[in-house]
Amino acid sequence: MSSAVVEFENIGKLFEAGRQAVRAVEHVDLGVHDGEFVTIVGPSGCGKSTLLNMAAGLLQPTEGTVRYRGVPVTAYNHATGYMTQNDHLLPWRDVVGNIAVPLEIKRFPRASIRERVQALIDLVGLTGFERSYPAQLSGGMRKRTALARLLAYDPETFLMDEPFAALDAQLRVNMQIEVRRLCRRLNKTVLFVTHDLDEAVALGDRCVVFSPRPGTIRKIVDIPLAPTRDLLRLRHDPAYVAMTAELWDMIAPSLAATGGEPV
Amino acid sequence: MRLNALRLLLLIVIVASWELVSGRVISEFFISRPSVIVGILREWTVNGSILFHAGITAGEAFSGFLLGGLAGMTVGIVLGRARLLADVVDPFIMAFYSLPKIALAPLFILWFGIGMDMKIVLTGTVVFFLVFLNTYTGVRNVSRELVAILSLMGAREWHLLAKVVIPSAVTWVFAGLRISVPYALIGAIVGELIASNRGLGFLLADAAGQFDTGGVFAALIAIMLLAFLLNTAVKYTERKAMPWKSADETREVTI
Ligand SMILES: Nc1ncnc2c1ncn2[C@@H]1O[C@H](COP(=O)(O)OP(=O)(O)OP(=O)(O)O)[C@@H](O)[C@H]1O
Ligand SMILES: [Mg+2]
Repeated sequence: MSSAVVEFENIGKLFEAGRQAVRAVEHVDLGVHDGEFVTIVGPSGCGKSTLLNMAAGLLQPTEGTVRYRGVPVTAYNHATGYMTQNDHLLPWRDVVGNIAVPLEIKRFPRASIRERVQALIDLVGLTGFERSYPAQLSGGMRKRTALARLLAYDPETFLMDEPFAALDAQLRVNMQIEVRRLCRRLNKTVLFVTHDLDEAVALGDRCVVFSPRPGTIRKIVDIPLAPTRDLLRLRHDPAYVAMTAELWDMIAPSLAATGGEPV
Repeated sequence: MRLNALRLLLLIVIVASWELVSGRVISEFFISRPSVIVGILREWTVNGSILFHAGITAGEAFSGFLLGGLAGMTVGIVLGRARLLADVVDPFIMAFYSLPKIALAPLFILWFGIGMDMKIVLTGTVVFFLVFLNTYTGVRNVSRELVAILSLMGAREWHLLAKVVIPSAVTWVFAGLRISVPYALIGAIVGELIASNRGLGFLLADAAGQFDTGGVFAALIAIMLLAFLLNTAVKYTERKAMPWKSADETREVTI
């Protein structure tokens, strides 16, 4: 626990929107280590995005403290890069322009921006759409543009909120491999929200399972897979199969509670 | 193509009935007649007076438009980003806004004389408020999520201005500019009507002073053409300034 990068200490968040108050999360204790890939799963509305927002410093908890490398997060946390659930691209910039934004802010020279952006476009498979505006892209393509922008920003810690939700199976595996490989190679710390249990197991070093709202941590499981793993062959790995089954069993009761009866 | 043919047809019908009615049903003194108006316009074109006067008015309207537009944009952006300042000056701006700008004409004559300066300032004042209010609204409507995303990437205020605030407000700025076009002409023409010996407004007042209805209509047509030109210029600039908009307009709708 000594090398925790992101620490949630007894976090609670109460949203007060007018007369209605929503308790999003409660008693969340979580430490994410340097270079660790932590996946977060849990029912919709349990406060996963809220936690990422707090790690980025966009939102303050109503109880507890969020620390980044030991320092309480009170303002924009520039060490984190956030790929939000909605892509939030700039509508007035084409794909190239959007990916270039963080590089422009960091004052990279023009030529090097062009080079990096092109490499990232090739990486996320958007070649040929350089000059398209976000409104002309499909949902998955917008997500990939946002991913490329995040990679261009190149933060120490990645906050990713369902980054691959809109991708087809094949592209998704490709992106998973790419992100996992990149993060391992560059020793990035990652907080990765997903609704896909297979993805949570395949990518994570640890997986945090949340309860329904108000979100609390039901369980943190260590994923018994090697740091360097072949995502394409995981289906044949007994440890992977057992792990996803275990997660399923953990989530299933709350499914039954919300009306998931046998048919 | 068909649309234009129909428009031409409508124009011919209007002009023809005007020609027929004039002198038969309504006295020519009041409505002149198209053939006379065309004659006057031709005469003005040949002796160059129309170009001279239209040039003066266009110069005033355009300079005032630019001046008021730029000032309106700048103040709109500054106040849009500086909440406290905006709240402080709000009542003052609203007081000035409610004032009919034309009522300032006598003051401007005292300050700037009856030359072009006075019309430029009058036009600029009128345009300023329209562009300012639109820009301000636009800046206030900037997506806070986009601002947050860029701030998280370490963007400073000028990055935010250049990459988010201004591009997002520019739609509103142009809405303000578009509605300003007729008001810019009001500023210039009224300025000329009140005090001038040049410009289309002068031409108009001069013709009216001589009970020359044909001349009045000819001047009005010239003003209309000028407004049309100014409108086209704004629309053209708008398209050039917002390439993503035209990409958006030509895109097929999918939801
Ligand atoms: N800005 C906000 N103002 C008010 N309530 C909010 C706000 N953001 C989130 N909430 C509430 O907090 C709860 C948790 O929201 P959050 O977006 O964190 O859920 P989530 O776990 O990311 O869900 P999903 O999987 O559907 O994305 C929800 O009930 C939501 O209504
Ligand atoms: Mg969410």
